Amino acid sequence: MFRLQVFLIVSLGAALGAAVEVQRPRGVPLEKRHFYDESRPFTCLDGSRTIPFDRVNDDYCDCKDGSDEPGTAACPNGSFHCTNAGFRATFIPSSRINDGVCDCCDTTDEYNSGVSCQNTCRELGQKERETLEKMAEITREGFLLKRQLIEEAKQGLQEKQGKLSELQASRKEHEEKVDALRTVKETAEQPEREAKERHLKAWEAQKAALQLEKEKAKMAEVFLELDGDADGLVSVSELQTHQELDPDGDGALTDTEAQGLLSGADKVDSAGFQNVWSNIKDKYVSEVRGPSCLLLKSGETDFWLEVSVHSYPEDDAGDEEDDEEEDDDDDVPEEYDDKVTCHRCRPMCATCSSLPESLEKEISFDFGPSAEFAYLYSQCYELTTNEYIYRLCPFNRVSQKPKYGGSETNLGSWGSWNGPEGSKYSIMKYDHGTGCWQGPNRSTTVKLTCGKETAVLSTSEPSRCEYLMEFSTPAICQEPPSLETVAPETDPHDEF
Amino acid sequence: MATFILSRLEMVWFLVAGVLLVLNGVRAVDRSNFKTCDQSSFCKRMRTMGLDQSPYRAILETLELSDSRLTLQLINDNNKVRLLLELYRLQGNMTRLKINELKPLRSRFEVPDVLVGEPPTKPLSMVSRDEAGVVLSLGTDAHQLVLNARPFRLDIVEGARVLLSVNGRGLLAFEHLRPRKDTLSKISSTVGSMWDSIKNMFSSNTQKDSEGEETTEGAQEEGEEREEEEPGMWEETFKSHVDSKPNGPSSISLDFSLPGVEHVYGIPEHAENLRLKTTDKGDPYRLYNLDVFQYELYNPMALYGAVPVLLSHNAQRTMGIFWLNAAETWVDISANTAGKTLSGKVLDHAQVPSDAPQTDVRWFSESGIIDVFIMLGPKPSDVFTQYASLTGTQSFPPLSTLGYHQCRWNYNDQEDVRAVDAGFDEHDIPYDFIWLDIEHTDGKRYFTWDAANFPQPRDMLRGLQDKRRKMVAIVDPHIKVDSGYRIHNEIRSRNLYVKDKDGGNYEGWCWPGTAGYPDFTDPEMRAWWASMFAYDKYEGSMENLYTWNDMNEPSVFNGPEVTMHKDAIHGTWEHRDVHNLYGLYVQMATAEGLIQRSGGVERPFVLTRAFFAGSQRYGAVWTGDNAAEWGHLKISIPMCLSLGLVGISFCGADVGGFFKNPGPELLVRWYQTGAYQPFFRAHAHLDTPRREPWLFGPQNTALIRDAVRQRYALLPYWYQLFYHAHRTGEPVMRPLWVEYPQDVATFTIDDQFLLGRHLLVHPVTEQGSQGVSVYLPGVGEVWYDAHTFRRHDGDQNLFVPVTLSSIPVFQRGGSIIPRKVRIRRSSTCMENDPYTLYVALSPQGTADGEIYIDDGHTFNYDRQKQFIHRRLTFANSSLSSSNLSADSQFTTASWIERVLILGGQEPSAVTLRTADGSRSLEFEFDAATSVLTIHKPGVNAGSDWTVLLQ
Repeated sequence: MFRLQVFLIVSLGAALGAAVEVQRPRGVPLEKRHFYDESRPFTCLDGSRTIPFDRVNDDYCDCKDGSDEPGTAACPNGSFHCTNAGFRATFIPSSRINDGVCDCCDTTDEYNSGVSCQNTCRELGQKERETLEKMAEITREGFLLKRQLIEEAKQGLQEKQGKLSELQASRKEHEEKVDALRTVKETAEQPEREAKERHLKAWEAQKAALQLEKEKAKMAEVFLELDGDADGLVSVSELQTHQELDPDGDGALTDTEAQGLLSGADKVDSAGFQNVWSNIKDKYVSEVRGPSCLLLKSGETDFWLEVSVHSYPEDDAGDEEDDEEEDDDDDVPEEYDDKVTCHRCRPMCATCSSLPESLEKEISFDFGPSAEFAYLYSQCYELTTNEYIYRLCPFNRVSQKPKYGGSETNLGSWGSWNGPEGSKYSIMKYDHGTGCWQGPNRSTTVKLTCGKETAVLSTSEPSRCEYLMEFSTPAICQEPPSLETVAPETDPHDEF
Repeated sequence: MATFILSRLEMVWFLVAGVLLVLNGVRAVDRSNFKTCDQSSFCKRMRTMGLDQSPYRAILETLELSDSRLTLQLINDNNKVRLLLELYRLQGNMTRLKINELKPLRSRFEVPDVLVGEPPTKPLSMVSRDEAGVVLSLGTDAHQLVLNARPFRLDIVEGARVLLSVNGRGLLAFEHLRPRKDTLSKISSTVGSMWDSIKNMFSSNTQKDSEGEETTEGAQEEGEEREEEEPGMWEETFKSHVDSKPNGPSSISLDFSLPGVEHVYGIPEHAENLRLKTTDKGDPYRLYNLDVFQYELYNPMALYGAVPVLLSHNAQRTMGIFWLNAAETWVDISANTAGKTLSGKVLDHAQVPSDAPQTDVRWFSESGIIDVFIMLGPKPSDVFTQYASLTGTQSFPPLSTLGYHQCRWNYNDQEDVRAVDAGFDEHDIPYDFIWLDIEHTDGKRYFTWDAANFPQPRDMLRGLQDKRRKMVAIVDPHIKVDSGYRIHNEIRSRNLYVKDKDGGNYEGWCWPGTAGYPDFTDPEMRAWWASMFAYDKYEGSMENLYTWNDMNEPSVFNGPEVTMHKDAIHGTWEHRDVHNLYGLYVQMATAEGLIQRSGGVERPFVLTRAFFAGSQRYGAVWTGDNAAEWGHLKISIPMCLSLGLVGISFCGADVGGFFKNPGPELLVRWYQTGAYQPFFRAHAHLDTPRREPWLFGPQNTALIRDAVRQRYALLPYWYQLFYHAHRTGEPVMRPLWVEYPQDVATFTIDDQFLLGRHLLVHPVTEQGSQGVSVYLPGVGEVWYDAHTFRRHDGDQNLFVPVTLSSIPVFQRGGSIIPRKVRIRRSSTCMENDPYTLYVALSPQGTADGEIYIDDGHTFNYDRQKQFIHRRLTFANSSLSSSNLSADSQFTTASWIERVLILGGQEPSAVTLRTADGSRSLEFEFDAATSVLTIHKPGVNAGSDWTVLLQ
């Protein structure tokens, strides 16, 4: 009643011209055929037991490892080999043999279930080849792009590092100058101080001196800051990067006005800057603080915001505090937050990056093994769906905005690379986004796929407030494998 | 689905509607949303009734006794209102007691459609009669019904033993219908009369009752006394909701005393232990179908469903009381001593030790009549049969619905469904159904699909069908009021909506915003609703799409207690009268629709949240919106046990817990518990992170896979149990006392249970558990660990050490359980697979069991007797299969793959005998576990065969 066809005659398609037949029990892959010799008792592949050969594929499980029933569903842990000529050979769990569902494209898993399966291997093979070819092309081109990206990143990094060390060196130099000035000043002030010491409240005097010293130090710092090209001189044009210094408040710091501030000179050195400093110190706003792109209001890219002015701290703050401020951006009133765009902050960021701190920050990012992801820094990519516009600003944040008006929601700020071991750079994780009503803070997982274009391909929300984004970039493309291995039809004999 | 967890969009709706909801941070039920007894005016009136002697007296001169019916008038000596008592002796050892007003002002509601028919009666005969009362025979000499005239009371006696007394505490109460005091024309003053008629015109809106005023006589006989009016009789307010109560007070009450009884069960649905508690110190148990947000445990508050059936049990007898009333009902339970309530004529017949324990039960309902069925047992199985003969049995579900169900609010789109389906294959976990919650619809318009997310529902369903899997989509009874919505337009044009008190279509807030509520009490409405499930009416539906009815209490977000106003109108009745029936009717109409769409061939599957007595005939229920907490896991056992006792076997709780996030340990334990409960579905709230079985690491995935696979291996046994439940009304999941009725130690156990008679399950429901204490019942019996086959003696508490993978399950010595151990991706894929028989020997070396096979999904088992039902018997070292149903016919491809004999000995030979002759079989004996494994008998599962051990 349950006689099964123990041996499978595997015939190759007419395409080969001649039929090749290889006998082996149903469900056994070619490379294991020698274990199944009908002239000898069968030993379970785990060696646990030896049984008469007629017990192989007799629809009763004898071996703990399931190896005596490669072609039936009798063993709970067995597996069945589909040859799938024309497509990819594969193993399926033996519980899928004769379960009425077509699993193997060559239909061999459903030999006794009554279900009629169509052999779809040829079509699948064709389709897969096409897909693989397309993929291969994408990978090829993507990989070329990736190489470029790596090269650019290398150069960019070198430049930046050069700039940074240059800046650091010139800062050091200037600091030395400041030190020298300080020494001069201290020497000059020595008699005065002595005189003051003779007076009451010596500590107050000390405090005042300290203040002055601070003033000097700050002046020196501002000098360095203004000296954008680090030539040791502050020029009119360099001064004009600070429109807030405009003396008549008409919104524009003209050449003449700037020259006026420089006491009529085109350029001043650090010594001459002392006079200039007294002219500008009340208005001057440093750039060291608040280079955060998020603090830029659209349409006002040339101005630092009030908010950054107010938040300008007297003392230098660490990077950690910096990060926190970014995370807290949900506290920013929505109507303001709404208008924040990262596209617009690019030019400013370019300016910012001339500063050592932002450079350091940028350099500190993990842009991949060869910095191939560096080009994504300070870029943003959008995807518009039925309801929302999603925006991914890599290494910064993900956000969502209703298409037809409404405020933007932060779906997470840059967290870390989060791919599994071996492909760490395949997934980006953004977290600590806007809190959900009765739920967690929003977060986004960005899956990177190889593509010629850099684009957000899809977004979804598999769980409440946990977003998933597909993002294509050449930077994730792997070195393409040789064509032979992606085209199975080139070697249909690999089964035999 | 939750009541008050709303999406952001809906929140906006609500704010727009001006409904103030304080939602955030709510951790548990907001008790203030639901009435206490004090806040429900009739409950308060009834409960404060004194324990004086009953004012009711039987007027023996009015007694009429026909062959099967006794009628007798009762009179309330205080107000002279007369009641009519009807007594029936029913077939199967039951007594029915009906009390209505003799001449009610208007007819009072009698619950239709719950009884499967007019219960067959048996002759009643008079044994004796005197001025004190009458004695009637209930068939045998021993069984008598003693009626005492003054005061009225009834005692059912068996020999010298009183089984049950009615009105023993004198709490019979009947608020007769009366005209509004201001609508009478008897006032003599013309001016007064005119004023009165003016007032009358506005009475339904403007009148308030005024305390201390007297009502004049009603439609009762002359000489009626004037009665005090009490607050809340003609109008009552709860929070901002006014109940206009145009018909005034109408409540009823009756008490029952159960001498010798200390354990009572039933009256679901409550988040409560199996054994009911006394209610003297708090509120009575409440039966009023309500959508309770984040319900509390161990609480008499009403929940989603109501089955007004109470079971009493002691070592001698099991009985039941079925209070057939669909209005708001409360049940008081108190402990008493028997001597205190025994009085009157019954003392001539029976005695009860005055210090014997007694349980007193009192029922009171807001409207309707008293219609009580007293089921006299005496065995637990007799009570199940008796109740089943009244309200029907569990519908026989399609086999696949006993598999695993994967649900979530919500699977977002077709791709999501495809990916989750693929996930089960990838992780090799079987499942049969994937579910879609409300978000799958076009704007919560049921019978439609969201065009963006589910553009091709049939493609999706075909994809599932290719894997031999199925889907359930939600169809709720609230209908979006939207002139562009076909369902709404048709119901409105057919005038089939429930009406508000002023006659307009009743409207309330629910998921879609403003919604109408179809009047499912109307047969025309039900017929139309059923027709909507036809494949050409329900677009995108296919034969592998089934239905889930949620929110059918009905849930009305802005209604009193989150439900419908009691003065809403269903035809000629108020919602007050029919409330607890609404959910039953919704499921009834839906199930009928699923049957009709297949031309009457296919069995339906409908899950409901609200239910009533009789709901077992229409599908499955679940315990509503529970939470991912250990306490909720634990209480799923008594909640489903209580439902099983009153006929509803197909019960389950949301695996994982609906609200909140389960940790991996809780989730695993819940899968392990759910795998051994009748309805096995995981579900999760919209706001919770994903929790498909493979999202908690390979180790937890493996644990969950193992639990689900254990379920699938046992599907033949589950199916057989449901067949029995369908045939007899016996619960599938049973308290231990049902099978060990004389073992007092079992009477309060509700952390373990039996599946049928043969499997005992003690799920691990404690966090970090190192072991559980399992009570193995049965003096002289043995039990076998279902996993290790280790044998344990019965009548002991066994400490079972557990690991994360343990599910303590024991097979009773003396039983045979068929399993299918080839686990496939769905139950349908396993249809033709062979059986492994697990024969667990009793100490006497015997065992028996059954095997039931049919096509798994049609009514052919019933209409064409297409099934196999066989008895498996092991005795005298031989195992044989014999036909239990000679006139049925079915062919199966399934065969007997293997036989395991637990507690066996090593034979020298094993021989198979069939009609074709004999042959010897191979076998293996494991001396360490005493398990004899017989290889491949290979006989067809539908044939006669014997396996002999020598």
